Amino acid sequence: MDEHIIELKNISKNYGDLQVLEHLNLYINQNEFLTLLGPSGCGKTTTLRIVGGFESPAEGDVFYRGTRINDLPPYKRNINTVFQRYALFPSMTVGENIAFGPTLSKKLSKKEIDRQVDEMLALVNLSGYGNRRIDTLSGGQQQRVAVARALINRPDVLLLDEPLGALDLKLRKEMQIELKHIQVESGITFLYVTHDQEEALTMSDTIVVMNDGKIQQIGTPQDIYNEPKNSFVADFIGESNILKATMIRDYEVEFLGRRFPCIDTGFGENKPVDIVLRPEDVELIPVREDRPSGTVVSSIFKGVHYEMRIVCGEDLIVSQSTRYVEPGSSVSIDVTPENIQVMEPSDLTPTLIAAKKAQRVRLEVRP
Amino acid sequence: MKKQKSALLALPMAIWLLVFVLIPIGVIVYYGVTVTGPDGNLVFSLSNFARFADETYLKVFLRSIKIALYATVICLVLGYPVAYICARGTERFRTIVMLLLMLPMWMNFLLRTYAWLSILENSGLVNRILGQFGIERIQFLYSEGSVIFGTVYNFLPFMILPIQNVLLKMDDSLLEAAYDLGATPVQRFLRIVVPFSVPGVISGITMTFVPSVTTFVVSQLMGGGKVPLVGDIIERQFRVVSDWHFGSAVSVIVMIVIISMMVLMNKVDKSDVDERGVIL
Repeated sequence: MDEHIIELKNISKNYGDLQVLEHLNLYINQNEFLTLLGPSGCGKTTTLRIVGGFESPAEGDVFYRGTRINDLPPYKRNINTVFQRYALFPSMTVGENIAFGPTLSKKLSKKEIDRQVDEMLALVNLSGYGNRRIDTLSGGQQQRVAVARALINRPDVLLLDEPLGALDLKLRKEMQIELKHIQVESGITFLYVTHDQEEALTMSDTIVVMNDGKIQQIGTPQDIYNEPKNSFVADFIGESNILKATMIRDYEVEFLGRRFPCIDTGFGENKPVDIVLRPEDVELIPVREDRPSGTVVSSIFKGVHYEMRIVCGEDLIVSQSTRYVEPGSSVSIDVTPENIQVMEPSDLTPTLIAAKKAQRVRLEVRP
Repeated sequence: MKKQKSALLALPMAIWLLVFVLIPIGVIVYYGVTVTGPDGNLVFSLSNFARFADETYLKVFLRSIKIALYATVICLVLGYPVAYICARGTERFRTIVMLLLMLPMWMNFLLRTYAWLSILENSGLVNRILGQFGIERIQFLYSEGSVIFGTVYNFLPFMILPIQNVLLKMDDSLLEAAYDLGATPVQRFLRIVVPFSVPGVISGITMTFVPSVTTFVVSQLMGGGKVPLVGDIIERQFRVVSDWHFGSAVSVIVMIVIISMMVLMNKVDKSDVDERGVIL
């Protein structure tokens, strides 16, 4: 069994009347790349700051290798942080910034510190930058200095708070790969916070989706994408069609007025459920009586595929396919059983459906 | 075209600097290097400067520098913590403290200093209170100490404000980062906060030291004429002796000394020259 390096038990936190975290339970395994993913205000940064020791929980306990560390100040935790806006010290050079941690303890000789700084600079691809001033570096370089400064203390856990938020798309993609590389290379546990689902899917071993101070789902990127537990997760991760449906019985679900075979069981008979269909799983076929049908209102070329929008009664369905379908044509919709993801109904679903519809209609109207 | 326009915008500033800064300094320097000749015309001479090299004057000058240095150091020691606490405090707290600091400044400089006279004089408030406890009268006024006290009192806000302004710009995450990397609160203060505040400290020192060296109101009132400073010499030449040439020469000397000291101080911390600009 993996060792739980960090464990959060029943953590709650509030700022005045605002409940930020509600009875949160979570553990992080040794050497894991774990990402807290959610919209802003979901409590992900607060969770990270509690692990770092910058905030203390109102309720609940934080454990580090089984020891309770609620009252341990940040500088006594073997955990380091890469801050959102890097927080590099402006009065020091790149090398001095990286050496900050080791020079504090005075345990190492200057020569040894210099050697370690060079090693860190090499790790983050900044060899030769030691004497540069911070304000002469680009955003991506500052980012890497921040990572090096945090890693030189050889922490057991590295906390990263939206570290790529300020970078442009191309640099962000490069840094995603580089960070993952650094994590594998150094063997350090990463706790990563982001609102960018693609970033989370690319780098993580485990993703924790959060909303409103509660964990919605914990799983591998594949789990989260392919089998979202509820409509919030489905909506947050990737494009999706979320529909109200009825579970007729095991292996049979009804939506858009038709019955479909599915692979889910255990919801009971004639129970309301939510379902999610990924656009790439929605097949457009010639009109068939036993399948819902509708009219294609738009076909947009997206590069790898076309994106079709189909008005189907009250609903607006998005389908992605490499095959072009003429707008105005009548089609039926089909989905293979394993691509229908059945979920417990959520209070959030009607809002999500309405928001999606409004957004899609708005896109349609655009000239 | 665009360049010409912006040059035009600078014109009022240029005229201001010429009329109110350069010409007056030019006149002072001109008076400093001339004396009235036997025929009543002004003739070039450095004798005004030579006159200053007299023991009496040099003593006064050194005393001025000493008192200004003491006052500046005391302002820094008292002002830095206030600036730090304000900068780290809430907006509301900061507004209240700033209001209390600025309130006396809205009163006339002379009046404020007179107020201290009545508090500190032999039959003043402090001595009367001490008297209630059977403590003998203490002579507070008319000493170097009272002059330093008056100077600190009058110029302390000029130390606090620039330091606070710089510290306000410091991101909280810098402190958290230092904390996170293993710095104790003391290390954090010495290695992050202090270096960050250097530009504010330098302008604070400048804004307290310069007026402290040249003040004559404080030394005349709080020192009662027993602790003359270089400002008193200059004032005397203009208002009592009417030797504008010698007065101007002393002014020029003081100006040169102050500028040299400021240049020297800027050299000490040349790492972030570009962030400052304003103070010299």
